[in-house]
Amino acid sequence: MAGHAVSGDRVVVVGGGPAGLSAAIELRIRGVRHVTVVEREQQAGGVPRYTAHFGYGWRDLRRLTTGPRYAAALVEHALHHGVELRTGSTVTGFGFPSADATTVELATESGPEELRAAAVVLATGVRERPRSARLVPGDRPAGVYTTGSLQQLVVLHHQRVGTRAVVVGAEHVSFSAVLTLAHAGCSVAAMVTPLPQHQTYRALALATAGRRRVPVRTEVDVAEIVGHRRVEAVVLTDGTRIDCDTVVFTGGWVPEYELARRAGLAMTPGAKGPMVDAALHTGQRGLFAIGNLVHPAETADVCALDGRDVARSVLDWLTLHQWPDAIEPIEVEAPVAWATYHSRGITLRVDEFVHGRLRLTHGGEVQWISTPQTWVPNRSITIRSGEMRTTSRPFADHRLRLDVLR
Amino acid sequence: MIDEPFDVVVVGGGVVGCAVARLLSRRELQIALLEAKADVGAGTSKANTAILHTGFDAVPGSAEARLVARGYELLHAYAPSAGISVEATGAVLVAWDDEQAANLPTIAAKAAANGYTAARLLDATEVRELEPHLGAGVTGGMLVPGEHLIDPWATSLAFAEEAVANGCVVLANRHVTECEVGAELTVLRTGDGEEVRTRFVVNAAGLYGDELHRRFGFDGFTVRPRRGELIVFDKLARPLLGRTILPVPTALTKGVLVAPTVFGNVMLGPTADDIDDRTATGSTRAGIDALLQKGRRILPALLDEEVTAVYAGLRAATEHSDYQLTASAAARYVCLGGIRSTGLTASMALAEEALMLLEQSGLVAPPTPDDRLVGVHRTPLGEAGERPYQRGGRIVCHCERVTGDEIAAACSGALPAHDIDGLRRRTRAVAGRCQGFHCIGEVCALAAATDGRTMAEWLGTP
Repeated sequence: MAGHAVSGDRVVVVGGGPAGLSAAIELRIRGVRHVTVVEREQQAGGVPRYTAHFGYGWRDLRRLTTGPRYAAALVEHALHHGVELRTGSTVTGFGFPSADATTVELATESGPEELRAAAVVLATGVRERPRSARLVPGDRPAGVYTTGSLQQLVVLHHQRVGTRAVVVGAEHVSFSAVLTLAHAGCSVAAMVTPLPQHQTYRALALATAGRRRVPVRTEVDVAEIVGHRRVEAVVLTDGTRIDCDTVVFTGGWVPEYELARRAGLAMTPGAKGPMVDAALHTGQRGLFAIGNLVHPAETADVCALDGRDVARSVLDWLTLHQWPDAIEPIEVEAPVAWATYHSRGITLRVDEFVHGRLRLTHGGEVQWISTPQTWVPNRSITIRSGEMRTTSRPFADHRLRLDVLR
Repeated sequence: MIDEPFDVVVVGGGVVGCAVARLLSRRELQIALLEAKADVGAGTSKANTAILHTGFDAVPGSAEARLVARGYELLHAYAPSAGISVEATGAVLVAWDDEQAANLPTIAAKAAANGYTAARLLDATEVRELEPHLGAGVTGGMLVPGEHLIDPWATSLAFAEEAVANGCVVLANRHVTECEVGAELTVLRTGDGEEVRTRFVVNAAGLYGDELHRRFGFDGFTVRPRRGELIVFDKLARPLLGRTILPVPTALTKGVLVAPTVFGNVMLGPTADDIDDRTATGSTRAGIDALLQKGRRILPALLDEEVTAVYAGLRAATEHSDYQLTASAAARYVCLGGIRSTGLTASMALAEEALMLLEQSGLVAPPTPDDRLVGVHRTPLGEAGERPYQRGGRIVCHCERVTGDEIAAACSGALPAHDIDGLRRRTRAVAGRCQGFHCIGEVCALAAATDGRTMAEWLGTP
């Protein structure tokens, strides 16, 4: 296409959230000359920009801070280290003109542009499954949000959203939504989860919902949203009707996988993000994937560690030009919902409360086994690579396999 | 108070009413379009299967068959200049058992009787070659190359915008509750006690068409809403099908189809439930489950994709299978009743029909000279054509790649959006897979900054 600027050898990071910014910073620290972060929003920083409570930065910055401060700190570090930040630009696709080069197609404010990259790091993040994707029946009144849309409106735009809400879900982020609603002057009539109990830390539940006497309704789900122009109530699967003018659907993480899928990458079943190996290679030469795009969803600092660690893999690629022949999935057996590598080992989810020993095997040989304990759904479960008998080197005949010995 | 006596008032700003208003606005007439809702195209017309039908399966000899065939030609010709996205995908009718396969030649003969001769019978292998992702059990099919996809929202909007540009007055939020037919003028009273005086009335009131018909003292049809629920799947499902996949029709409905949309999604539906409540536009557990079950059979891989939207629309079905088109010279009244989902395709032909019936009833409607007519040229929203972001601009809604300029334009002008739903129909903003997770704040702030109302008003916050 005419009018395209073509740039030289560089690493392009797609997505300027905690994972992408951390990758870019580390690449610069390790001496990569041109590192460009392409961020489609006007501001880099990702989701933490609008989660105005503590809980950020522990694992990467070694201090606890709020989401907006954490996001600002990462952006500042990136600029300080000479990362090129291209905000307001959207990656629309990739081309693979040769075995060692990728072209990155951009839509920018001034028109289309193409960047040539020696490596691309995908860090496009995650979203919450909205009401429609959860197939909740009823009309489509105003007043239905996800935690993400709620927090944008409240934190970035100082909006009130309603007077009485029902929060759907009872995992970490659901309690974050409770805090945001309280901040916006909206009471919470109930939290609702189909599981037998909430899935966050006891202390967090007490400090948020407990302190505000928000009942957590377990083993029920939302059966219907009532209201024509504005939400009037929700009806639960046990027939209870809860009057409310606001419903917040929380969690239900889905990776923002459009670019990854259009690039032809294989996806991890269940997680729906691109399959990676322990070094965060995808199935396409030159394309790496990190953060919550790969593991929906970990905390921001875990994503940031992914970003740091991918830098070493990118440098290996830039110098050695070697790429694994195949990216193998980790096989799982119910109640394990999915498992994937991240930078420090394997992360997985179970889809029900289950008591037992979590076991990682390879060709019948046990690689790692836990002590008996209760595994909580919607909560991150990590097996650190140092704890495994064998690390993630490609195995000849068998795939890694995860199950629970009840 | 509106003291202007109009020449014609069109009651109902759905796709049919808007088409009538557009055509009448091209005559030397004072026209008004009365709509009960806040926006045009916001009732039945917004929840459509979005197909530009050839009319191959209509009842031969019916008004519907004639008007769908004519409307198809008219809308096909009108859409490109007006910026209504149309995509020529064609359709394939798929038989899933021997009985359905045996029925296909009859349907082909019916198509021929309707003047549609391009349909072609296919064996199961040919069907599978065309649509390799179809589920097991295909026994045969029929190719209907002329079936097109269309942007249903832009259709109503383009008609209404052109009508306004040519002098038509759009009176929104006015539900007609009383009619008084006088010697010269008819007085229409709306819910808030307002009066609108006019010489002629066109009833395009859709779901409420029978009520208005009775207020004029006529009888002959009763609307029994037929609810159709639809599920829209993620754009990543689009490669699963090349064209619209139609079932072999039954007496009740065309059945459940799987169709691409011009926006690049895949639609599954509709259900067909006869109900009594004319406001029951909610989806139901049973409806959603039934669609998923049918979808799993038709296109199994579809069910692996995320759902982008679920909605339900009410078709204005009556006890008659055909459209109810009547006129009364004495009452200076024309009725376009009982128009179901084919009304989108037939809209421009129904407008011609309305004008003809008005003239037969005594309306004198001299054409406005061409040099005084204003056309409408919307930015097409279809995925197959060029989108504004491809030339540059700040993308605000990322899933659908809608620019800030597009959002600002939709919140200003002659027929601006008033809420997020109206904005969605005009721009695709917030219509994508994240449903506002990433963009609702920015979209809403921009809308509020454009029209000066608050974000709370845009969001409907109490």
